[in-house]
Amino acid sequence: MAATFARWKSRVDMPVATAFGCIIVLLLIGSIYSTNFLSPAYLLQQLKVGAFLGIIATGMMMVILMGQIDLSVPWAVTMGAMMASAATAYGPAGQVLAVPFGIFVGVLMGLVNGVGVAYLRIPSMIVTLAVNAVAQGLMVAYTGGFSPQDTASPAMKYLAAGNLIFGLPNAVLVWIVVGVLAVILLNRTTFGRAVYGIGNRESAAYLSGIPTQRVIMLGFALCGGLAAFAGVLLAGYAGKAAQSMGDAYLLPAIAAVVLGGTSILGGRGSYIGTIAGVILITLLQSILSVMQMAEFGRQIIYGMVIIAMLLLYGREKRTT
Amino acid sequence: MTEAPSLFRMEGISKRYGGVRALEQAELTIKAGRVHAILGENGAGKSTLIKVMAGVVAPDAGRMLLDDKPVVFAGPAAANAAGIVCIFQELSLIPDLSVADNIVISNPPMRFGLIDRRAQHRIAAEALQRAGGGDIDPREIVKDLPLSRRQIVEIAKALARKPRVLILDEATSALTAADVTTVFGVLKRLRDEGIALLYISHRMHEIAELADDCTVFRNGRNVASYVAGTKTDREVVELMIGREYSHKFPARPAPVPSTAPPVLEVRNLTWAPRLNGISLAARAGEVVGLGGLDGQGQRELLLALFGVLRGVSGAVLIDGKPTAIGSPRVAKSPGVGMALIPEDRKTEGLMLPMSVRDNLSFASLGQFSSGGMIDRAAESRAVDDVIRLLEIKTDGTAALAGSLSGGNQQKVVIAKWLMTAPRIILLNDPTRGIDVGTKQEIYALLRRLANEGAAIILYSTDYDELIGCCDRVLVLYDGAIKRELAGDEITERALIASALDIDLAVEA
Amino acid sequence: MTRFWLNEQRGTLLALAIFAVMFTLYVSNHPAGFTPNVVQTAANKGVLLALVAIAQTFVVLTAGIDLSVGMVMILANCIASYLVVGGLITTTGGVLAVLATGVVCGAINGAIVIFGRLQPIVATIATGAVYYGIALWMRPFPGSTDAFNGDLADALTGKVFGVVPASLVFLLGVIVVIWIPFRRSILGRAVYATGSSEVAAFMSGVPILQAKMLAYVFSGLLAAVGGLFLTFFTYSGEASLSNGNTYTLYSIAAVVLGGVSLFGGRGSAVGAIFGALAFRAIGDLLFVFDFDPLWQPLFQGIVLLVSVSLGSARLFSVRNRLDFFS
Repeated sequence: MAATFARWKSRVDMPVATAFGCIIVLLLIGSIYSTNFLSPAYLLQQLKVGAFLGIIATGMMMVILMGQIDLSVPWAVTMGAMMASAATAYGPAGQVLAVPFGIFVGVLMGLVNGVGVAYLRIPSMIVTLAVNAVAQGLMVAYTGGFSPQDTASPAMKYLAAGNLIFGLPNAVLVWIVVGVLAVILLNRTTFGRAVYGIGNRESAAYLSGIPTQRVIMLGFALCGGLAAFAGVLLAGYAGKAAQSMGDAYLLPAIAAVVLGGTSILGGRGSYIGTIAGVILITLLQSILSVMQMAEFGRQIIYGMVIIAMLLLYGREKRTT
Repeated sequence: MTEAPSLFRMEGISKRYGGVRALEQAELTIKAGRVHAILGENGAGKSTLIKVMAGVVAPDAGRMLLDDKPVVFAGPAAANAAGIVCIFQELSLIPDLSVADNIVISNPPMRFGLIDRRAQHRIAAEALQRAGGGDIDPREIVKDLPLSRRQIVEIAKALARKPRVLILDEATSALTAADVTTVFGVLKRLRDEGIALLYISHRMHEIAELADDCTVFRNGRNVASYVAGTKTDREVVELMIGREYSHKFPARPAPVPSTAPPVLEVRNLTWAPRLNGISLAARAGEVVGLGGLDGQGQRELLLALFGVLRGVSGAVLIDGKPTAIGSPRVAKSPGVGMALIPEDRKTEGLMLPMSVRDNLSFASLGQFSSGGMIDRAAESRAVDDVIRLLEIKTDGTAALAGSLSGGNQQKVVIAKWLMTAPRIILLNDPTRGIDVGTKQEIYALLRRLANEGAAIILYSTDYDELIGCCDRVLVLYDGAIKRELAGDEITERALIASALDIDLAVEA
Repeated sequence: MTRFWLNEQRGTLLALAIFAVMFTLYVSNHPAGFTPNVVQTAANKGVLLALVAIAQTFVVLTAGIDLSVGMVMILANCIASYLVVGGLITTTGGVLAVLATGVVCGAINGAIVIFGRLQPIVATIATGAVYYGIALWMRPFPGSTDAFNGDLADALTGKVFGVVPASLVFLLGVIVVIWIPFRRSILGRAVYATGSSEVAAFMSGVPILQAKMLAYVFSGLLAAVGGLFLTFFTYSGEASLSNGNTYTLYSIAAVVLGGVSLFGGRGSAVGAIFGALAFRAIGDLLFVFDFDPLWQPLFQGIVLLVSVSLGSARLFSVRNRLDFFS
């Protein structure tokens, strides 16, 4: 019995447990404001909203695990959405290819990030910043600075807003599939092991014969592709793409990953934590809107709550 | 002399880290004008002891007395102010600052409220001169200096603080033989000036040369104190490991005939200016040593073989076939079968925050996976096997590598590579900073691997090791092989002579 | 002497060279040519970014990052648009209040990073949201006050002796009053030491906590000075999220262009200033070449990408691949 408990304790790390604890607290606070806060319909709706963030955070987690960061997420999201919508305008073939094309564009963006970080050894914060600016520039030049008129393809709308299984929104289903694949990738594959190894000590990983540069590049490609995929879904959800639709996702994505217990320095973290972080952020945003808080108040509370929660358990170990 | 009053005393010092007891009721008395050596295996509590002395960690219990008055140190700065200065094993120099900035870091000379750079330059130059590093320019950035020079700067920095008690923790580990002589001269002069020195080293002959008093630590306790020279090396080692101590090195089998085909052959390997036309051959069953002073290209040679260096010319033949090894990935591939135990286990060998299992299987994951998917059952089996084989002491495979002792960490690094079943094993000073017991296990392991058919290339800064372990030793000087010693030719005298590139026979 | 000096100043000199080339290109193609007015306009925009870049430099030197500099600047801008009003006394009080706000913001960042032991990148993202929220509360819509002290604004954004841009003189003042004493002080050296190797700094008894706190406080202070300058140009306060983000991002770009190492311990505010000026000059090149403004974001992005890639030219000379990781 004691042994089982010890095993259980070593398997469940504290940050993840705390994150789930915070989720329960938020749900209780929310139920004070609105009684239907705990209704299954509402919770499912939250999961649906959170699915987009969840998919983005999955990619962000890969990058953060390698000790890097991807600040190009905003325009990867937007570019994926715009390019998928643009492809839709090219007849039936375009409609079929809209989703893959959107993802493909994101993967390309991620590859550029990855080449910059892995092969040119530019700090990821800088490369991804620059690539974000380039992507924004491309889209501004392409759309003339306005939101494009193209609409999402039926497939995009179905993926984002449809219901394949009764009651379960497809967006949530997509997130579940992405999540399962991510768990397998991180825990069961040599790629995943390399991701953790690189995050902990890249030089040791390299000397162990790991193709570290390729792994880093692929990690960024994955992150770009997932961000663009989320953009594709968001466009399907809203019916079309919009300028700067991705801006609202950068900080929540990083916050969700870190609140889920993944070390911002890389090498440590589990996907279950990221799920908790995503739900946490989504609920927080939802409560703030249920409270009909003005934008300034939302910003202030949002920032303070994140700091408070991080102080609760996200602290670095004291080193001597 | 031994009746001299104590300058610094520690009484009943205890310190725990979590559940691990690092120090238990430790006692130590240090006298002015004496060199006091601390001996003990890794994990015996030596590092904790000096961390407590230097104010880096606070003890859980016990007290310290300076001039018979109780003292408590809030931090390294407080200990420094009291005259206790420590030269740590992990260099405490700041890489991006200049030598002068570093030497005066804790107490820079001020003028009009700002740092006086001219005075700082002068102080630094003086301190360097005293430490035997007069050739180092104080304006040089520390990062640009080779390791041995940095250690001299570290000593100069300590001297600039005018210490009463100077603690040296493995302070000579990176020094060249010539530098060690210089530093010993400096230390003896300091002793004569009345400074108390606390000296920690794994090199017995250094302690024999320098120490006046010795204290042996084991399991966090001081088990014996004696005046230097009153115990034999054998007695001391037995005190350290607490058990009977037998053959230090495994027996050397009959030499492999030079007609046997080499597994690894190198022709005219050059990586200017560090490697200049190196040719060598290693056969299955051989342990080939690399000797010479530190920094003569040994490290570069190993890295070049392992595909880490760019722009290497010359030929590398594996089983007689010319092979281009452009990365560690190629080097470890089955066709080559090479392994490198790197110099720094903490940054190059291990991922300390990862589990022992993940570390062990990291280089050989390809064997347990198909299509990129890991067979975790097969991985666990192999990991368990190798832990048993090397007797790695760990609290399960899920324990973090960082939680192991230094010796066991090094075993993990070696085990990790053994899991790739290498035919050619390169080792870069694998026993540096390792306790005696583990050292012996490593020696035995190397010989066993050779007997099982591996070709081993061992670089060591410890001459005893080269003498005891190797079938042949190649002595490097200035990036070239100066001399090859085989069998009984490998003596300390021959090693030192060829390392310094002098011919003793002619001189005598 | 020269070898060590060159080694230390390499990043700064490179930034100076890039700036010189870009600015020459800009001026020689400008329809009005090299006139005091052209220089003044360019200087004012450049100095604004330079101030935020200096703010960023302080924190980056400790191996941290301050992603709230843009938001502190926006907050200072909104406060200044209310308080920098009337005559000498009220104006002085207003300016001091704005600077104090910056110091407090910086101190909060510092306290969270140091005592809360949070990673700077997440901590300052979160505090940035808070600072922006406060700015938005003060100025839900862009606006100004009638009593705004336009004389001071004009004096600091105008010309000295009709030739030299006053903003450049002010920037020089910042260097002399803040940067040089900082660089030559014990705490200043402690900032470099902490950024270079925190463990070694601790072992050497360097006052790490004070050094980090000083860096964050200076960062907040200079970001507030930047906000003050922004108010002097626009005469109004605006809680613009995109402005805040842009300045934060550009400050990092300027710092990198200016040769300050993101890994801490290396670089100088002077380099960051040239980095900022160079980045501005690059952005303005498009205007003098008469391109469609729609292409400007793309152009700036590509220039940014290319210029940060330039640093990797050194990789070709790396012969030991292990050096990639250090």
